[in-house]
Amino acid sequence: MNILYNEEIDGPLSKVDRADLFADLRQAMPDLLILHREEDLRPYECDGLAAYRTVPLLAVLPERVEQVESILRICHARRVPVVARGAGTGLSGGALPLAQGVLLVMARFNRILELNPKGRYARVQPGVRNLAISQAAAPYELYYAPDPSSQIACSIGGNVAENAGGVHCLKYGLTVHNVMKIEVLTMEGERITLGADALDAPGFDLLALFTGSEGMLGIVTEVTVKLLPKPRVARVLMASFDSVEAAGKAVADIIGAGIIPGGLEMMDKLAIQAAEDFIHAGYPVAAEAILLCELDGVELDVAEDIERVRAVLDEAGATAVSLARDEAERALFWAGRKNAFPAVGRMSPDYYCMDGTIPRRHLPKVLRGTAELSEQYGLRVANVFHAGDGNMHPLILFDANEPGALERAEELGGKILELCVAVGGTITGEHGVGREKINQMCVQFNVDELSFFHAVKAAFDEHALLNPGKNIPTLRRCAENGAMRVHQGKMPFPELERF
Amino acid sequence: MNIEVRDADRSEDLLAQVYTALATNTPVLIQGGGTKSFYGRATSGALLDTRAHRGIVSYDPTELVVTVRAGTPLAELEAVLDQSGQMLAFEPPYFGEGATVGGMVAAGLSGPRRPWVGSVRDFVLGCRVITGNGKHLRFGGEVMKNVAGYDVSRLMAGSLGSLGLLTEVSFKVLPKPRSSLTLRLEMDVDTALVRFAEWGQQPLPITAACHDGEGLMLRLEGGEGSVKAAREHLGGEEVSAAFWGALREQTLDFFSNPAPLWRISVANDSRPRLPEGAQLVDWGGAQRWLKTDAAAATLRGAAAAAGGHACCFTPGAAESPLHPLPEVLMRYHRRLKEQLDPQGIFNPGRMYDGL
Repeated sequence: MNILYNEEIDGPLSKVDRADLFADLRQAMPDLLILHREEDLRPYECDGLAAYRTVPLLAVLPERVEQVESILRICHARRVPVVARGAGTGLSGGALPLAQGVLLVMARFNRILELNPKGRYARVQPGVRNLAISQAAAPYELYYAPDPSSQIACSIGGNVAENAGGVHCLKYGLTVHNVMKIEVLTMEGERITLGADALDAPGFDLLALFTGSEGMLGIVTEVTVKLLPKPRVARVLMASFDSVEAAGKAVADIIGAGIIPGGLEMMDKLAIQAAEDFIHAGYPVAAEAILLCELDGVELDVAEDIERVRAVLDEAGATAVSLARDEAERALFWAGRKNAFPAVGRMSPDYYCMDGTIPRRHLPKVLRGTAELSEQYGLRVANVFHAGDGNMHPLILFDANEPGALERAEELGGKILELCVAVGGTITGEHGVGREKINQMCVQFNVDELSFFHAVKAAFDEHALLNPGKNIPTLRRCAENGAMRVHQGKMPFPELERF
Repeated sequence: MNIEVRDADRSEDLLAQVYTALATNTPVLIQGGGTKSFYGRATSGALLDTRAHRGIVSYDPTELVVTVRAGTPLAELEAVLDQSGQMLAFEPPYFGEGATVGGMVAAGLSGPRRPWVGSVRDFVLGCRVITGNGKHLRFGGEVMKNVAGYDVSRLMAGSLGSLGLLTEVSFKVLPKPRSSLTLRLEMDVDTALVRFAEWGQQPLPITAACHDGEGLMLRLEGGEGSVKAAREHLGGEEVSAAFWGALREQTLDFFSNPAPLWRISVANDSRPRLPEGAQLVDWGGAQRWLKTDAAAATLRGAAAAAGGHACCFTPGAAESPLHPLPEVLMRYHRRLKEQLDPQGIFNPGRMYDGL
């Protein structure tokens, strides 16, 4: 099923005249950079999910909050949908433009406004890159903990919109745990502050609600993030296993022993081979699975934990365990993992990266199910797994030049996500629903739950103008693709219009 | 020793009570053990007691996740976690024996460890909730990373029951630290605040820091090696860890002072110009407890100037116990309440007048 916006099932959008809107914006803000020619708009037609592209009606690149405010007020008055984007590294089409909408590019909001080492926070504009915050904080021995793999390029505003994660989530949390305050503009162009410089704020926790809301409740114009003292040392152990089950059990045993690693990653045979061919990290290519377990903190605790983890790994049946001797070897161990995606990309013309989370105990079951599906669809799947927090990234290998291959890959991806939901997991751990997983939302949530989400949305954006069609499917979409959960044979709200 | 946790799913009864409330347009006051009934505004309505709906639905220590029914006594949950060497890391206050899990989440209060590990909402992974449309829904889940849909579960934390009736909550739990010790250091408040800022920038295993007006109490937790090393580095005298429980439960002498009790939440490196009164500095400077007869407006002005807010813990001592919201923000609060609880049946007015 094509996931591009379809007014019949995603809801009607108002018809906007490009020239009229352009004239309005130009008159209100003579100095605002507005892209309106096809060739200027083309580079903005997609985010990191490049399989889906839509050229926006207009793209605006404001530099000041007042301009964003005016853009929103004008769009609100004319009922023009607005899609915000930052660096565009999102992997779920969360910032996919609309042909009838304005693309609000926040990339020029790229200044670090304040860095306070005593208060251990940084106040930054939304277009600041994730890694730039840690770089700015480095002279004070502080850093910003969430580290999505795209951290070198992705912007913090997008991290807030997607509640981005990364390798260190089990120990250090997601974006939601590391953001203290955001300044937001609502679709009506009103400024609100959510959270505080203090550790909490009065009222509902709208900061938590907005984090991960995929740009559908408001536009983030400023972010205050928490900074943490850098761990003194980090050491990494690599363990090989002759079965995925044994590796999965080792993960449970490490955590059961009361150890929370800074990073705990698993790769299966295909991913190991791909990474080894590409990076030559010294990975054991004969192993069925490897675990990378990083322990960080102060020297004494890390030394204690290494010994404990070693014992656990031996007990769990690891065929080999090695400790990175020095920083260089540690970097090498990680380089294989961090380049697993491009490495897999070398094995196949295209690959499709999935992102589901499961309770870890179901890992063998889900991997077995994935292998069966892989066979059924005739597409290879490599598995890279944030084992510590249950977040899986099956990579589906395909060749887009082969007719129907993309569709088959997508269908297989959808089935894997449904398998995640079936064992009590979720269709997205860190990439977001965006446009990519809009249909699978109908599998994870029932009609009443989706209606509840629509009610939340309506409180902040009653005309549904902010990023329409993302994150929460319409009930009609779920009905159309037949994925609606029907409880005991009864369709809830039979009287409801399937808008 | 085995902890007996009574297990009973009474969600149908709770749902029936909500149906009745909706049919008769009668607000309900959601209550567990009633230990936090002092918190927020006094309101009226039919009492909806959650305590029969109790029990641990699932717990797997190796997943670091526990799912509990809302009426479960907090003490039972913590005892079960303790058996596996795990804990609710945010150290929620009980304020009485009967405290329940639902009340803990609805009140959203966290204890001394909060600045170092996070608050109640940081550990909420999912919930089930009966809504203002009389539906029993599930949000979030039992996994650490989950970004499908809006984060309704965390929104529920601290909402004082005004957005729906929580029936079940899943939490992330953590292993208890291998080693823990409490130190007392003689120093005045000003010196302590300077030290907090210094220590905060170093990877020290501090997990609680409170100046009680006379001296500084510090808790160190972590591996044996780092705790021992930090203890040698910081000096001071080793004292009983019972202090932290008494601080969390507000049974220290400080709290018996008859003046109204205010909780002031400020930026951790701020120097709020608070009115006269007895003061206790917790959370490494980010939370101040103040016993004072000063006017609410004075306190709130001082707290806001330090990046925070002030909330009154003594019933009747302030017209709005929770810090009032800016007008625009309040309007969005009302709109959210109207969307999620259109008939206004859940704890109306508990948080703010008209909400």
